[in-house]
Amino acid sequence: MNQQMNSPEHIEYVTRIGDNALILGQRMSEWCGHAPVLEEDMALANMSLDLIGQARMLLAHAGKLEGKGRDEDQLAFLRTELNYRNLTLCELPNQDFARTMVRNFLFASFQVLLWERLLTSSDSELAAIAAKSLKEARYHAQHAGDWVIRLGDGTVESHARAQAALDYLWPYTAEFFVTTPADDAVAAAAIGPAWSELEAAWEALVLPVLVEATLTVPARTPFKSFGKFGRHSEHLGHLLSEMQYLQRTYPGAQW
Amino acid sequence: MERKEWPLWEVFVRSRNGLDHKHCGSVHAPDAKLALQVARDVYTRRQEGVSIWVVQADHIVASDPDAKPELFDPAEDKIYRHPTFYQLPDEVNHM
Amino acid sequence: MYTQALDIPQQNPEAKGPRVVENPAYQAEFDAKVDAGGYIEAKDWMPESYRKTLIRQISQHAHSEIVGMLPEGNWITRAPTLKRKAILIAKVQDEGGHGLYLYAAAETLGVSRDELIEALHSGKAKYSSIFNYPTLTWADIGVIGWLVDGAAIMNQIPLCKCSYGPYARAMVRVCKEESFHQRQGYDLLLTMMKGTQEQRDMVQDAVNRWWWPSIMMFGPHDKDSVHSTQSARWGIKRISNDDLRQKFVDATVEQAKVLGVTMPDPELKWNAERGHHDFGAIDWDEFWNVVNGHGQGNVDRLAARVKAWEDGAWVRAAALEYARKQAAREHQAA
Repeated sequence: MNQQMNSPEHIEYVTRIGDNALILGQRMSEWCGHAPVLEEDMALANMSLDLIGQARMLLAHAGKLEGKGRDEDQLAFLRTELNYRNLTLCELPNQDFARTMVRNFLFASFQVLLWERLLTSSDSELAAIAAKSLKEARYHAQHAGDWVIRLGDGTVESHARAQAALDYLWPYTAEFFVTTPADDAVAAAAIGPAWSELEAAWEALVLPVLVEATLTVPARTPFKSFGKFGRHSEHLGHLLSEMQYLQRTYPGAQW
Repeated sequence: MERKEWPLWEVFVRSRNGLDHKHCGSVHAPDAKLALQVARDVYTRRQEGVSIWVVQADHIVASDPDAKPELFDPAEDKIYRHPTFYQLPDEVNHM
Repeated sequence: MYTQALDIPQQNPEAKGPRVVENPAYQAEFDAKVDAGGYIEAKDWMPESYRKTLIRQISQHAHSEIVGMLPEGNWITRAPTLKRKAILIAKVQDEGGHGLYLYAAAETLGVSRDELIEALHSGKAKYSSIFNYPTLTWADIGVIGWLVDGAAIMNQIPLCKCSYGPYARAMVRVCKEESFHQRQGYDLLLTMMKGTQEQRDMVQDAVNRWWWPSIMMFGPHDKDSVHSTQSARWGIKRISNDDLRQKFVDATVEQAKVLGVTMPDPELKWNAERGHHDFGAIDWDEFWNVVNGHGQGNVDRLAARVKAWEDGAWVRAAALEYARKQAAREHQAA
């Protein structure tokens, strides 16, 4: 790998994709043992395992690009919250099954498009990760999308919950497509797309499912979230203090 | 009465191409599409399959256990259907 | 594992068909099959007491797997590395799968999963009391894998050959998947024992707390066990509680040496004459207290299960309602 590829923008871009998987994988793992039926417990755990697997590959790769000897766990567990680059959407609490599934659908659909573009990344390691992860994201989008349809077009209660979930989450999706300085540099180096390029394709994927689910897509509001710039919601700090607990309490211990 | 429990589906998995689908268990699911997905999530976590069938349990027609004698015993004396019935000379016995 | 519809002994509980009444000829056939080590399938005739015992045993086993997800699930969000987090999720997920296989096996006997879950939630059905103990530190995750899963595997392997086909097949699948559970636990502990003194102390403390509950998992002494004789005859329990317990103790003592931990039992020592380890008296009062749910652990575990079930009610209802609407729409279109 040549020197110019290890730009801070490149590292940030890979870290951001890894953090998305890490933080949402952590959220999904909270369901383990508490899902509405046993079958769905299995499904949510599989999704969590996929995401944590992606996070491991991406953070390990980011650590190598950085060249300071930090491994996947040092990056996952020993950064401070301003250094996490995940989308705010990924860190929001699960709340209920409707919010969980609507979020998974909105996010996995985005991930599908991102991985598709990263298949041809000039960063061959990232391209290899994309090839593996794309299959996982497609399944997540399918499963979550099927649930969004069932909840939206199910009972009066499930419809209300799904609509409330969509209303709550939708404003956070604007952040997906905000271009950062890193995006421009990364796009110029053909490492990956600027995320703003994915917006139209994402809407084309997501809107028909929401319509089939009989949900009303909220209008865009001026609300902005900035997780990928390192400015998060209050929720991330709590997630991290739980996740980082052992690494922080016993510095230097091997597990 | 209002049905509250998701129907039961029987799951059949082909472990690799060239082999039959084999019954491996069941799942509860509200419909066929989710039945396939949860069957995948439950029964192929360790690369056990390349193809899945799900069949709603109610749709399986099974033989009557009481009819076992008349269904299966008559085949018992048709020993001439089995290759070992025929004694051939050693030179051609691998036939 | 096999479909409920074709395996329910009778569709109409009022019917007095020959397959359900106690029938000496069927009984003799059944006994001969079981005594010869053969399998009883769901649709075969079976004595009502056999059916009831199986439902109780299999569902209790299923409940144990499901409740057993909770103590370990308690550490998923705090797992110290991403590798350990993935391993733990996979393991707890496996337990959910095992519960699912076992509920399905019980369903072949003519009960629904909902009925079984209702029995768990109302406190009518029991689950393995081991899961009422709290998981206090990360070392508990390793010790549960090593000791609790180790004891469970020893209890479960004989069931792979039990007389009831659907149960036996479920157990084959369970045991196959279970084999990584004990190894990952031991591996976790080995890593901690090579670490800091604090980590080693944490492991020893966990061993001190889980050792006695683990050996109690084999159940009461044979002479005090109410179900063993009948169950052994039916081939749904093939080895005595005490023999299995001894086998477990003998195997575990060696593993503890390699690990560098000691068991909290001053009377535990090799008896050359018997060719086995002797061990101290088990505190059965504590055992029965926990079995009968007289611990707050039981309250918390059940509350967690009931909450998950009740919180999920609207989800389950929504999926059914969508399926109903879809069927109506397809009917309309046809």
